[in-house]
This record gives sequence, C-alpha cells and structure tokens, in this order.
Amino acid sequence: MTEEIIIAGFGGQGVLSMGKILAYSGIMQEQEVSWMPSYGPEMRGGTANVTVILSDDRVSSPVLQSFDTAILLNQQSMDKFESTLKPGGLMIYDPNGITRHPKRDDIRIFQVEATAEAARMKSPITFNMLVLGAYIKVNPVVDFENVILGLKKSLPQRHHHLIPKNETAISRGMEMVHEAKRTP
Amino acid sequence: MKEIALMKGNEAVAEAAIRAGVDGYFGYPITPQSEVMEYLMLQRPEERTGMVVLQAESEVASINMVYGAAGTGKKVMTSSSSPGISLMQEGISYIAGAELPCLIVNVVRGGPGLGTIQPSQADYFQSVKGGGHGDYRLIVLAPASVQEMADFVDLGFELAFKYRNPAMILSDGLIGQMMEKVELPPQKERVKEFDQSWVITGKTQDRERNIITSLNLDPDLQYEHNLKLQEKYKSMEQDVMFEKIDCDDADYLLVAYGSSARICQKTVDMARSKGKKIGLLRPKTLDPFPSAELAKMSRRVKAMMAVELSAGQMVEDVRLAVNGKVPVYHYGMVGGKIHSPDDVLSEVEDKFIGGY
Repeated sequence: MTEEIIIAGFGGQGVLSMGKILAYSGIMQEQEVSWMPSYGPEMRGGTANVTVILSDDRVSSPVLQSFDTAILLNQQSMDKFESTLKPGGLMIYDPNGITRHPKRDDIRIFQVEATAEAARMKSPITFNMLVLGAYIKVNPVVDFENVILGLKKSLPQRHHHLIPKNETAISRGMEMVHEAKRTP
Repeated sequence: MKEIALMKGNEAVAEAAIRAGVDGYFGYPITPQSEVMEYLMLQRPEERTGMVVLQAESEVASINMVYGAAGTGKKVMTSSSSPGISLMQEGISYIAGAELPCLIVNVVRGGPGLGTIQPSQADYFQSVKGGGHGDYRLIVLAPASVQEMADFVDLGFELAFKYRNPAMILSDGLIGQMMEKVELPPQKERVKEFDQSWVITGKTQDRERNIITSLNLDPDLQYEHNLKLQEKYKSMEQDVMFEKIDCDDADYLLVAYGSSARICQKTVDMARSKGKKIGLLRPKTLDPFPSAELAKMSRRVKAMMAVELSAGQMVEDVRLAVNGKVPVYHYGMVGGKIHSPDDVLSEVEDKFIGGY
C-alpha cells in the first residue's frame, strides 16, 4: 500500500500540522512516511500545502506531480490541485468559500463543512481535525486509535490537555463527511 | 531499544550533532536551514552534553570561530545555506590549508546571489571543485534522506578527523525541510582525552609549541605542504561511497545524488513497471567521486544521464569518469524549481529509449 496525499489551504488552517499528525499516525502503525511542506513564498502569506506519503515500502520521491488523495481547503488549492488527482482518486473539500466546485467525473468527491462546524463548536483551531476525521472515515489508511497516538506524539506536552477536544473533532468529522452532490 | 522520531532533515542534523558528542556549533540563521540552530538552542545542549551553541554575528565570524576551535582539537561544526556558505569560503580554504577537522553543513537554496529559498543542487561546483582559493579538497557527503542527515554527522566527523580535513554535508532545502522517520543514533560521550600532538592547547614543558597556520612564505615549504595535501586527497579515495539501485541488468543508468536521487528512485520504479531496464547510481560521497565505479558501469550500459537540480554540474564529473565510452546526458531544473519523477521519466524515454 502506498498512499500519496496533498493537503492544501490557507496558512493558519493547520494544513502542515494535520499532515504531521497523519505522518505520525502512519509511524504508529509501522508505515514508512514522508512529509514535504511548501516552505517558499507561498508560506509567507497565502496558501500552504504539504505532501504526505504513507507506505508499506520505502518511500521514493517526496516530490510528486499526481496524488491518490487531495484534501483542498480553499479556492486557490481547488484550482491548483483538482487536475493533479489520479483517475479514481479521492478529493475531500470544505465547500466554505468555494464558488468553482470540482468538475472531474473520474474521481470520488466528498465534502466536509468543517469551517462551519468549527465555528458552531466555538473551536476554530480544531478545524483541521474535523477534516482529518473526514479523511480517515472515507479512506481508513490509518486507524482511529493510531491517529490519537499520532496526535499525542505530535503535540508538545504542554498542549496535551487539548487532546480530548481534538479527539471529539476527529469523531465529528467522521460523522459529518458526505459524498458531494454533483453540480450539473 | 530503537529510538524513532519524525523529524525535519535540519532537526535531524542538530539532534545527531548533540548525540555525536560535538563540542561546539557556531552559526548564523538563513532559510532553509534555520531549524538547525533553532533546534539546538531549544534542546539546551549545554545541559545535555555541555556542547556550546553560539549564534555568531555573521557567517564570516562563524567559520572563523570554527577555525579557532578546531585548532584546539575539539569537534566543531557550522551550518548555513548557499549565500552564507559563499561568505565562509575564505575560512574554509584556511581550515583546509591548516589541516583542521570540522564539519560544515550546506542546505542548498537556489542561486546565484540571494536567489531563492527553494531547494537547489547548484552548489556542487563550489563544494567539490574548491569554492575558496588554492588547491584544496573537502570531503563532501550527499544525504538523500532525513536518516542520512542524521547518520552523516557522525560519519562526517569520523572522516574529518581521519584526514584532518574539513568535511561538508551537501544537502538542500528539500531534504532539510521534509520530515521522515529517523532512527536516532545512540548518545556518545564528548571526547575528553584526545590526540594533542597537533593542537594548539595543552603544551607541556617537554614539547615544542604547535603552530597552526595556513601561511607559509617560504615557497619550498609551501611546495612540500601542497604535495603532502595532494597525497592526502588521493588517499581519501578509499572512502568513496555510493548506492546502486536496480543496476544489475540495467541498459541505461541514471546518476543522481541527494534529493534528485530520491526523485529518480521513483522514476526507476515507474520505468521498470513499463519493462524498461533503467538503474540508478547514487553517489553518497561527491568528493571522493565514484569515478571508478562509473567507468566500470560504462562498459555495460548504453548511456547515462546525470539528473540534478542545476544547469549541469555533476554531469561533468560523470563525463570525465566514463571518458567518452558512452553518451552522457544531463537533465536538470534550475532556480529552485524541482523536477518530478514524471518529468525525469519523459526525459528518460525521450533521450534513452527514443534516442536509440
């Protein structure tokens, strides 16, 4: 099994840390992992993205042009990465602020209203965990238990009191994710 | 028990430095390697091992602090990225001339000039052909993973002390910034007792003082010194290291180091799944360069292609090694852009398969 994932959105949405938690979760179940962030001009204001690879074998290139899964959290990312999904690939996106929805019919498309839910939960910082929950529900490449272990490894000790809150958000994301209605 | 961590390449260098029992680190921040010193400072190595970590006022100061401390026989290092390494070249030449061991880490970014903060491999010439003045060589190691970023710290020091010569880890923004699983090396004690026969400290009543200098105004002495250096550089060739991937039955050979080698690994997998017999030779040491192995391979393969994030630097050494026996192509990307495995594959299909 090799799963090649791109996670993209605005800086501050927790894109990089979500990727890191995913990578740690992979390590928890003995997978090989790589995490390659955008650290360039885009990080200094604007969009951020990270490529995460989880694999049972040695990870070759950390740099990729096409992906099995794209988790897209703003319009710019949608415009940039929709075309990079492999046929049969998986897209998960938050429809908040999206006016140009995905058009491809050779991929599976799911939505999670994470921005709205995070606001409703009065916990905007758990936005990325809602999205992570959505992902592991649709594609269980890592087990829920290992994600929680990954979360513990990824967060510094002083933030460990936030783990239950994040766990709730992951579960909520798993409940909320649904297949996107095709816009004609 | 194995200690596994998920770390950036830059952090792995820093953690490995503490664990290698390094005595001192002197540096100045620059993207994309600033995490090296950030991580060191956060770890409070002065409490863990007594290691000194100091932010100097500039790269010029850092390398001269390394020069001074190396003269006392201590294990010392610095790290920077391309423009900072350019500033250090005078010091590096002096350290090589004075025959002192140290480790320099270059997390390369795109140039020339201030260039860009994105990954590049365009400092190859500077690293292996002498970025500073004079007939000197470095030991140049090229890590292709976060694990090797950690492992090459200890290896770099081992070779630096073996030859009393500066060693360089030539990495880039991609390997420095990416996170991978890394098995951390065991903690080594800092060395308290060491060979003091050449160092400037610890002079006893019964021996002459040692002088460490790169200046020798007497041409006869400087001539002798240069001959001795060349002999040393020749003997370094025994420590050449490389990895061969899918080379046994390969008709065509890719040659790539560091991040490009990782990208090429995927290209090889893709080409093989299409039934094309492509192999990859990955130099782990760029100086010494695996010229003998490439010459050997040139008798078996139909063509070679050097793949690097530059306009064509290492390709010259591949051409020298095979000496016209087979065509040697170059594929590269410049200015901080990165070629994808698919880009390399289409070049491979065009040049190798299409060209024959």
